[in-house]
Amino acid sequence: MGAKLFGASVRRKEDPRFLRGEGRYVDDIKLPGMLHAAFVRSPHGHARILSVNTDAARRMSGVAHAFAFADLERWMKPLPLFGSIPPGLAARVDVTMKQVPQLAMARDRVFFVGEIVAMVLATSRAQAEDACEAIEVAYEPLAAVVDMVAAAEPGSPVLHAEWGDNVAIHFATGFGDTEVAFRGADVTVRERFHTQRYVGMPIETRGVAAQWDARDGTLTTWNGTQVVHFVQQGLVAALGLPPHKIRVIAPDVGGGFGTKATGYPEDLLIPAAAIASRRPVKWVEDRREHMMAAAHARHQIHDIEIAARRDGTMLAVRDRIWVDLGAYNSWGIVLPYNTVAHLLGPHRVPSLSVECRGVVTNKTPNAPYRGAGRPEAVFAMDRIVDCLARELRMDPAELRRRNYLSEADMPYELGIPYRDGNPLVYDSGDFRAALDSALSTIGYDALRREQAELRARGIHRGIGISGYVEGTAIGPYEGAVVRLDASGRAVVATGACCQGQGHETSFAQIAADALGIPLDWVTVIGGDTAAIPFGVGTFASRSAVNAGSSIHVAAGKVRDKIAEAAAALLEAAPADIEVSDGTVSVRGAPASSVPLARVIQSALPTFAKPGLVSPDFEATVYHHQPTVTYTSAVHVALVEVDPGTGSVRLLRYLVSHDCGKVINPVIVEGQIHGGVAQGIGGALLEEMVYDEQGQLLTGTFMDYLVPTAMELPPIETVHLEYPSPRNPLGVKGIGEGGAISPPAAIANAVEDALAPWHARVTRTPLGPSVVLDLIRRATRS
Amino acid sequence: MKPPPFEYVAASSAADAVEALRRHGDEAKVLAGGQSLIPMLALRLARPVALVDINGCGDLEGMAESRGVLTVNALARQRGLERWARERAPLLAEALRWVAHPPIRNRGTVVGNIVHADPASELPALLLCLDGEVVARRRGGERVIAADQLYVAPLTTSLESDELATAVRFTLPPEGAGWGFAEVTRRHGDFALVGCAAVLALDGADVVTHARLGFFGVGGTPVRSGPGESALLGQKATPARIGEAAKAAAAALRPDGDLHATAEYRSTVAATLAERVLAAALGRCGKAA
Repeated sequence: MGAKLFGASVRRKEDPRFLRGEGRYVDDIKLPGMLHAAFVRSPHGHARILSVNTDAARRMSGVAHAFAFADLERWMKPLPLFGSIPPGLAARVDVTMKQVPQLAMARDRVFFVGEIVAMVLATSRAQAEDACEAIEVAYEPLAAVVDMVAAAEPGSPVLHAEWGDNVAIHFATGFGDTEVAFRGADVTVRERFHTQRYVGMPIETRGVAAQWDARDGTLTTWNGTQVVHFVQQGLVAALGLPPHKIRVIAPDVGGGFGTKATGYPEDLLIPAAAIASRRPVKWVEDRREHMMAAAHARHQIHDIEIAARRDGTMLAVRDRIWVDLGAYNSWGIVLPYNTVAHLLGPHRVPSLSVECRGVVTNKTPNAPYRGAGRPEAVFAMDRIVDCLARELRMDPAELRRRNYLSEADMPYELGIPYRDGNPLVYDSGDFRAALDSALSTIGYDALRREQAELRARGIHRGIGISGYVEGTAIGPYEGAVVRLDASGRAVVATGACCQGQGHETSFAQIAADALGIPLDWVTVIGGDTAAIPFGVGTFASRSAVNAGSSIHVAAGKVRDKIAEAAAALLEAAPADIEVSDGTVSVRGAPASSVPLARVIQSALPTFAKPGLVSPDFEATVYHHQPTVTYTSAVHVALVEVDPGTGSVRLLRYLVSHDCGKVINPVIVEGQIHGGVAQGIGGALLEEMVYDEQGQLLTGTFMDYLVPTAMELPPIETVHLEYPSPRNPLGVKGIGEGGAISPPAAIANAVEDALAPWHARVTRTPLGPSVVLDLIRRATRS
Repeated sequence: MKPPPFEYVAASSAADAVEALRRHGDEAKVLAGGQSLIPMLALRLARPVALVDINGCGDLEGMAESRGVLTVNALARQRGLERWARERAPLLAEALRWVAHPPIRNRGTVVGNIVHADPASELPALLLCLDGEVVARRRGGERVIAADQLYVAPLTTSLESDELATAVRFTLPPEGAGWGFAEVTRRHGDFALVGCAAVLALDGADVVTHARLGFFGVGGTPVRSGPGESALLGQKATPARIGEAAKAAAAALRPDGDLHATAEYRSTVAATLAERVLAAALGRCGKAA
């Protein structure tokens, strides 16, 4: 089987429709008699609901229904919870965890600004919004909990009374003896680092449409989600219908980033409204709703400490971590433990001691967003490593070189379990090689010389380095159905839906290679529960590994079936059959070749005779991925800081990375560029800000600043390939990696630029006012 | 994010628009480019009973220069002025480059920007630096409001609710004057955290004969700096003198803090930018303005 397409930069099959504006999104779903939904959302961070009066709204023009909690009570089952503790992890780490059910509509309390209190269905969205204004809700405001550190202290107001406090997750873990290491170290450095609350901000907001067919009791719902099967499971639980009566379709989706991989109230409320009203219902989230009620992310504080010998050899890391979870703990162990598991990254550190608290506050609930706990870990670690370098008067690149693991160390067991409960063992990679290639490609030594010359002329440039190792492609499985039609064209269905990652191309490359057919003979269907009964979804950099492996193995099985049929047709042994470019032949006898369609048709029974084989050229494979594969990268940022204004300009950005075997270099680079762009947003621009009452202050794009193309420097990439032994394709995940290191790399670069002032960067985003303040405070002290 | 209901009035002439404004008084808003008004409607921050659309008013199109005064009518788009100014008024061209992005400048009008009175916007400060004025028409009359009488508070001008701003006028800098412009934004196209513009002219002995120094993003309204200008007028233009003028100008400002910058930041950077734009203006003196 030749790998003709795997590894090639073939053009994305989906791009023509996107570039022509012909994508079909949830908002493009238009059904006869469709009603439009709008929601009344809490204006308070924390309040008791005393009453909801929908009478006036019901009487307004165009309004079909107005619902409060009591009107929909029979469907108000708790939303799905994620992140339970797997047995392998529970056996090694003592985790205290509390989760509280979140209802799709608030019953008597609201816990964050944006929580849904009532719903209106009307002939148009504008009329629905007018009617929302006529719904009277009486609230009794309660003390809001905003600061995550204070929230974890005794005496803080408590969100969920049944817990007794706000600490939803607490655990301590580590390995080795950090006490001894710190006592014996030549140098120790400690600092408190903050990663702000910032979020995935897809161009397409969320959206749900639903149609109830009362004739056969079937619900069809279109949902801009990354996880159609999870949405289906949630609806099964709430509506009491069997899965085959609920079809969830994710049409074209304009960006996911994890924001669309969590369970949302609207996933249930819109289908429930369609059933209650017996009319199709659509809701498309507006940007204001997205800002306040779509999942938030990041937001951690680290008290981190590192111990080393004079020569830079790292001895120990201690870290105390607070994770702000927002108002509910719907993701359990995922974010806190991800942070801990990724803290040390590429460094060889013989001892680790970590204590971690996940805390609830009166803010929008958090969910994993591209990187999911890793950017915060890497920010803390790479910042403290730079602080150590300064303390040792050692070049930060050299300090890293002395402590990075290399290929000779693989496989490398860290000493704590991974989040899935399996041992945390790096499968392959060479982090020192990634560092060296990054430094040589960017011309590190020359940049250092140039930096000194420019500094003498009052131009302040800085170079920052960050490295990460990322567990990608969490299991336990994803599936694929590969099926040929009568013309030999293939349909590949998988539960891994696509939000712009290019699945229609990269999955087709895998299938076409395995089947021996041209790329454009393959149609990929993701995001339709009717196409494959079980699935997990697209998140956690998991689709290439999980779905890709399923597709590869399933397509191989179909190819075996082709060989079996062709052997009968061409009177040869199956082992001698070749399939290439959609043509089937006997090895060494090119004259024997027949079109693939002819082989398939030979399998169909006629009145004269049965088929040569059964015509089911179809295979279903559910690839099992017991634990993750480890992607890694080194990022280098070059910045220039204007000390008169505090403005930071990014001049260059380089990524040297390993994601195992590359399926399509252009797609991989696209993933890196997008991730880096979001990381730059976190480093310089983006922050969701709340005041002391839990009021969201950054509710529009005027105040929540995402980077545009104008803010991005050229991004250079170096591909290193260390295949993973953990799947048949040797691939690793690359969906998230780009977003992990930019905050650390850019913060390190800014601090490097500010070296003449001895400023210390402890938080992002580094807007001009923040940077000038760093200079001013450093000058004063 | 749908606007609340409103009455839509499509005016076909300035007189028509003025009549509609008289009818609705406080309850009406004028729709020109819509680049600020439409988002405010969508967020339901503005709730006019009537929207008076002047885009069909042929008599409000265009711009013209006459004897050093540039008149820009109410429907002239920012992009049009930017193109015109590239040859004739480089300070205006430079400032317009910082106004949002080309698609927004293609729709947004110069007059609309100026009377929207966002204190962090570029053009209102330019109106101050270029001795500008606004022509205001109501039924039965017209008056001219000088730039320094226009700005009252954030998003508030001295225009009456039944008045339509039909044009603005800029006095182009004197022959041989130099100019400078700088601003700090979080991103390309954002409103300024702090911004500054300057015009300087010198006589043969390098003595300053004409000085304009304006700030935006430093408080509730754009500011033309009396202390900054008087520190320069009649003085020999030297780097030291410019530094003093910049300091004096910034010291008189009373900026506010917000999510994106502290008040202290704005004061500090106002001084930095003032020094930079005055130095740039000095460097350009003697060349075509």
